[in-house]
Amino acid sequence: MKGNKSHPMDLFSSAYHIHLDRQVLTVSELTSQIKEILEGTFVGIWVEGEISNFRRPSSGHMYFTLKDEATQVSAVIFRSLNRDLRFIPKDGLAVIAYGRVSVYERRGEYQITVEYMEPKGIGALQLAYEQLKERLAQEGLFDPARKKPLPLLPQRVGVITSATGAAIRDILHVIHRRFANLEVILYPVQVQGETAAGEIARAIEEMNRRGKIEVLIVGRGGGSIEDLWAFNEEKVARAIFASRIPVISAVGHETDYTIADFVADVRAPTPSAAAEVVVTSKDQLSQRMDELIGRMLSSLQLRLQRYATSLSHMKGRLQALTPQGMLKLQRQRLLSVTDWLERGSFAILQMKRESLQRAVGKLGALSPLAVLERGFALCMRLPSLKIVRDAEEVGIGEDVLVRLFQGKILCQVKEREI
Amino acid sequence: MEEIPFEEALKRLEAIVAKLETGSLLLEEALQAFEEGVRLARVCSKRLEEGETKISILLRSENGKLEERPFEVVPEKEDEA
Repeated sequence: MKGNKSHPMDLFSSAYHIHLDRQVLTVSELTSQIKEILEGTFVGIWVEGEISNFRRPSSGHMYFTLKDEATQVSAVIFRSLNRDLRFIPKDGLAVIAYGRVSVYERRGEYQITVEYMEPKGIGALQLAYEQLKERLAQEGLFDPARKKPLPLLPQRVGVITSATGAAIRDILHVIHRRFANLEVILYPVQVQGETAAGEIARAIEEMNRRGKIEVLIVGRGGGSIEDLWAFNEEKVARAIFASRIPVISAVGHETDYTIADFVADVRAPTPSAAAEVVVTSKDQLSQRMDELIGRMLSSLQLRLQRYATSLSHMKGRLQALTPQGMLKLQRQRLLSVTDWLERGSFAILQMKRESLQRAVGKLGALSPLAVLERGFALCMRLPSLKIVRDAEEVGIGEDVLVRLFQGKILCQVKEREI
Repeated sequence: MEEIPFEEALKRLEAIVAKLETGSLLLEEALQAFEEGVRLARVCSKRLEEGETKISILLRSENGKLEERPFEVVPEKEDEA
């Protein structure tokens, strides 16, 4: 029971006990101690998580939450470190962050101050590339309608690349080999390393200011994605886009496109190919000239031929209308009539001849000679040679001529039988 | 005529050829057009031929200005061997 009584006392006394030993901290002191412990302990740590609630106010600092299935922690990337990030963080992205824990005393909160961060899974460069590509595409930097046509006949070509690299050698090789008669102005730049992108962008701007240059080749020989990185940087992309001079990108990597390739007015897969683009335009023009001259000549020839044909046609018609021509025409008609006549009369003659022959044949059958051949004889009075058909026509003792098949005989009538 | 830009000369030449090919011109006009065409073609061809290969490099001088200098390609190592 006593204990019961003392119960409130106990409570009190325990509180009292606490009270006696107490060392009261102000909130600031507490926070300061927490800060000391946390910031002293969690330095140079790697944390893995997913970004959420990402925001970037006008201050330029980036604020977000790193979380996993169970919990979360706030994180910040200060503006001064933003530049070193090669991608833009966004919600849902799995990342590995390096940094330290810091305590934000005003709000009694702790957060991770990120000093370096990379996307988990794909490489940071790859992600940066994809993100920049998407952003610039949306801005219209790759718009085909914004691409400038290359000059028809460039005389002065600007080349932005390393003075000692393979790219300039390859370009000059093509130009010499093709007798291109081009003026090449090389603006030497670093094509890899920290300063490369800045140098390339500046070179593009300065070449534009110089004037007289009609086309720019910007590029380098092949390399790894890190080597080519300058051509994936935003400042290079923007400088190409802003260039008044048409730009041919020539980053020596046939399969992968750099951001510069997308922005450039023409993309050549290699520096040699870029030089060929410039030189070929000249060859093609020269071919086009030949074609135009040929067409011009043949169209005139055709016309002259047409004139000549119609002229000779007219001359023919005119000639037919002169007196000589008329005479000739009539003579021709006469000739043809004569000819026709001749041919006609010959045919008639032939016909007559044939019918005559037929008649002669018939005659043959009726000829007395044919009768004589069979042994009959003709008896004729003399001198009339009248054929005797009746014995009464001749007197006794009268001479008659008897005709035989072969020859004649003179006979005297000795008797008559009537 | 000599001063006209290549692009324009080519464009004019193309127009002339097209006009000649329609055959709608009078002979006199056609001959005139032909003559102009030949002149333009000559200008264009000359532009294609002219010029010589000149390679220079821009180097920054002490006053910060870029200056053109003749440029010789550094031969490759293999070439030296």
